[in-house]
Amino acid sequence: MEGILNWQAALPELVLALAAMALLMLGVILRRGATEIVSLLALGTLALTAALVLGSDRPLVAFGGLFLVDDFAVFAKTAVLSAAALALVLSLEWNRRERLDRFEYAILVLFASLGMIMMVSANDLMSLYLGLELSSLSLYVLAAIQRDDLRASEAGLKYFVLGALASAMTLYGMSLTYGFAGTTRYEGIASAIEVGPMSTGLLAGLCFVAAGLAFKISAVPFHMWTPDVYEGAPTPVTAFFSVAPKFAAVAVLMRVAAGPFGPAVAQWTQILVLLAIASMLVGAFAALRQANIKRLMAYSSIGHVGYALIGFAAGGEEGLRAALLYMTIYIVMNVSVFGCIVAMHRNGVACERIDDLAGLSESAPGLAFALAVLMFSMAGIPPLAGFFAKLWVFLAAIEAGLWPLAFIGVLASVVSAFYYLRIVKLIYFDKPEGAFDALHSGVAVVVAFGAVFSIGFVLLPSPLLMVAGSAARSLLVP
Amino acid sequence: MSSVGFPLLSLIIFLPLIGATIIASVRGDARTVASNARWTALWTSLIVFFLSLVLWVRFDRSSADFQFVERAAWLGGLSISYHVGVDGLSVLFVLLSTTLTPVCVVASWESVEHKVREYMIAFLVLETMMVGMFAALDLVVFYLFFEGVLIPMFLIIGVWGGPRRTYAAFKFFLFTLAGSVLMLLAVLWLYLDAGTTDIPVLLNHPLSRSAQTWLFLAFFASFAVKVPMWPLHTWLPDAHVEAPTAGSVILAGVLLKMGGYGFLRFSLPMLPDASLDFAPFMFALSAIAIVYTSLVALAQEDIKKLIAYSSVAHMGLVTLGLFTFTTQGIEGAIFQMLSHGVVSAALFLCVGVIYDRMHTREIAAYGGLAHRMPRYALLFMLFSMASVGLPGTSGFVGEFLAIVGAWQVNRVLALVAASGMVLGAAYMLWLYRRVLFGALAKPELKALLDLSPREFAAFGPLAALTLWMGVYPSSFTQFFSASVASLLDRHQALLRASSQFAGL
Repeated sequence: MEGILNWQAALPELVLALAAMALLMLGVILRRGATEIVSLLALGTLALTAALVLGSDRPLVAFGGLFLVDDFAVFAKTAVLSAAALALVLSLEWNRRERLDRFEYAILVLFASLGMIMMVSANDLMSLYLGLELSSLSLYVLAAIQRDDLRASEAGLKYFVLGALASAMTLYGMSLTYGFAGTTRYEGIASAIEVGPMSTGLLAGLCFVAAGLAFKISAVPFHMWTPDVYEGAPTPVTAFFSVAPKFAAVAVLMRVAAGPFGPAVAQWTQILVLLAIASMLVGAFAALRQANIKRLMAYSSIGHVGYALIGFAAGGEEGLRAALLYMTIYIVMNVSVFGCIVAMHRNGVACERIDDLAGLSESAPGLAFALAVLMFSMAGIPPLAGFFAKLWVFLAAIEAGLWPLAFIGVLASVVSAFYYLRIVKLIYFDKPEGAFDALHSGVAVVVAFGAVFSIGFVLLPSPLLMVAGSAARSLLVP
Repeated sequence: MSSVGFPLLSLIIFLPLIGATIIASVRGDARTVASNARWTALWTSLIVFFLSLVLWVRFDRSSADFQFVERAAWLGGLSISYHVGVDGLSVLFVLLSTTLTPVCVVASWESVEHKVREYMIAFLVLETMMVGMFAALDLVVFYLFFEGVLIPMFLIIGVWGGPRRTYAAFKFFLFTLAGSVLMLLAVLWLYLDAGTTDIPVLLNHPLSRSAQTWLFLAFFASFAVKVPMWPLHTWLPDAHVEAPTAGSVILAGVLLKMGGYGFLRFSLPMLPDASLDFAPFMFALSAIAIVYTSLVALAQEDIKKLIAYSSVAHMGLVTLGLFTFTTQGIEGAIFQMLSHGVVSAALFLCVGVIYDRMHTREIAAYGGLAHRMPRYALLFMLFSMASVGLPGTSGFVGEFLAIVGAWQVNRVLALVAASGMVLGAAYMLWLYRRVLFGALAKPELKALLDLSPREFAAFGPLAALTLWMGVYPSSFTQFFSASVASLLDRHQALLRASSQFAGL
């Protein structure tokens, strides 16, 4: 099915790119009052793209092997687009409250999503890098979109400088790989590794690529930017950062680990095990003393990435499926938690201290219940969805004989349970501090979706399990 | 009748959730909501109780098989299914849970005024988790319910508890979670080794001795915290002291039994070699628990703390009985769990009665209550005696059997266990004397009223059960004697098989 120019394969990407540019024009023409309409149209675009993704033929290789559509790509793209859409819904309300009247916001989300879905479909280091940079550059601007705000500008700058460093490392690794393998095509690199003993150059390339991608998923020790950027960026941007790019980067890492560097599995596993252990421990312990809820969520997301990495350090279909499931369940929970954080407005001013949640059960019982469910789910307490996410990664780890990883993982989950419980404690045990402003229906839908998903997952786990299973299979058997 | 078409067990498990949904959907002013919540919770728990009586009546007592079995596909690709059923070991624990829940609802009728709706929802969810855990025939389902208990209990202690409730709730949650996650690893390992988490299949799944050792330690981590065994018991006094009365009732009545039940259901039959290897270790911990916590109980100033420590001592007798691998020992342990479930629940209710009136649990704040509250004094006497193990009450049967079991294994052990009974008599009688006897010297106690009809309604079933179990224990033992016999037979057979292998 290989074709030099196979437009059909990239139809969703093309639609998304064209729509994003058309919306940009529309925004420029309308000027004032464009934000609302552009945002809604952007939501529609994301939905349309997701529909096209789901309907795409697969497996399909296009553009002379640069681009690949398979079950895995479809799974990752759908997840990324849904996450972007949910985060965009949150921004509608936030931007209205903060009087952030910029239609570019939605356009940047679209371009970032475009970059992400391109990189999960990449079948060549060059197309991977293009997708990565397109998404990263959009994200840098998004982080600083509240440009009059000192913290947001700082966050944007920090993210840009460190992100550029990471991109440079990735690119350097790619060039080393090209130098020693003679190609940037995934199959070519795999066969270059397979032929004989792995050359040091390729190994160095592998390490640099891994480091660059580890930065994008904010795995320890490449996580330094995360708390500052999460805290500084506007909340819906943080919500977006914590779900869509993270899922996309994890997916890319999986594809690179299973595809081009697949034969070097022994080297990969070492790196991943270290990243996973460090991320889980830092995520658990560093979050204990945070006072700002966005910083807390930053460390929590670092920890969660650590758990997803367990799945993929375990490798094999089981392990990859576990990692995919983990990330899917994580993004649903996380975007809903950020929905709750967006709802934390008191007298028109955003609250970010964890203590502001005190007594939420008195003032907003529904929101309090949803947030409590999400927190228990994030802590991995059955019968909520977060438990199943952990169940599968630990199952994969034990199957692969990675006992230390499983052991540290469960103990870190006990430590992290402490700070999730702290939020439940504030919500339910403490005296109220005063009510939050009324909840916008869009935010309410996102929050309710996450809570219902967390509770209801136990009833019908098999569909997601099957889809993730076939995605993982397609990654291993092209 | 190993399988019935009507999903009775699932109905018992999930009906409380339906009740909770109804309570959650009630709208109106605070008073209407509260009164609706109370009545709905009461009716739901009573219906569940009557449904569980069907189990009592229709349960085939001569069989050691699982009965009322239901199975449904659940976790698609993995061979993990929703599988529930009861056998002689679990059926009475289901009944214990369904009996104590309405008692708790009645006991909290007036004492809980704040967030009544959430309170009742928490108790109904808790009932689902408890019954589900005892009825689970799949390890993952078991784990789900076992851990799920933490959420409502955390909220019950934390929201409606005493002044140090946050500390107690966190300690309870984190202790139990830390133990349980290790069990989760063991469950997953078992799944990979046997290809299923179906408990009836796993019961016949042979395991190597070294695997058994590791699995035993992992299960031990979870169940020993839950029982709780010395030295992992420190969460219990805090949780009990801070929990509201009904929370303590459920905690002592059912939650502690989960640990003992876990040992009985998993450690003993699945890991026979390891259980035998670790028996001396378990005996040592149990013996320390019996003597040490009884001595600690003697020194307590707080009534609830005293009863909490006495619970640790009584549960020590349970773990001691279980690992004797004798009919008397295991039957005694089960009986002791059931009896303790009723008696300690009743004792916590007794504390709740005077706490509701005086808002203190200091022993020193009381004295001479028998003059003002004769009926209360009578009931407290009955339950204290049952706790001490007076013949004719439920406490005697379990303790006696467990000690007989211990005697067959090691006489010193039996002596230590018996000394626990003596110490138990000491602290309970002394407590009784300080609270109820003596002159009614304190002026604020003079206006106390005796038990109200509602309080009688809560105590009635527990008092009846205490006497029934004491006077006619075989109506209870007949439920589990077949199961215990088959457990021991299989244990002997497995040991013979493994010693033959060792001989080869």
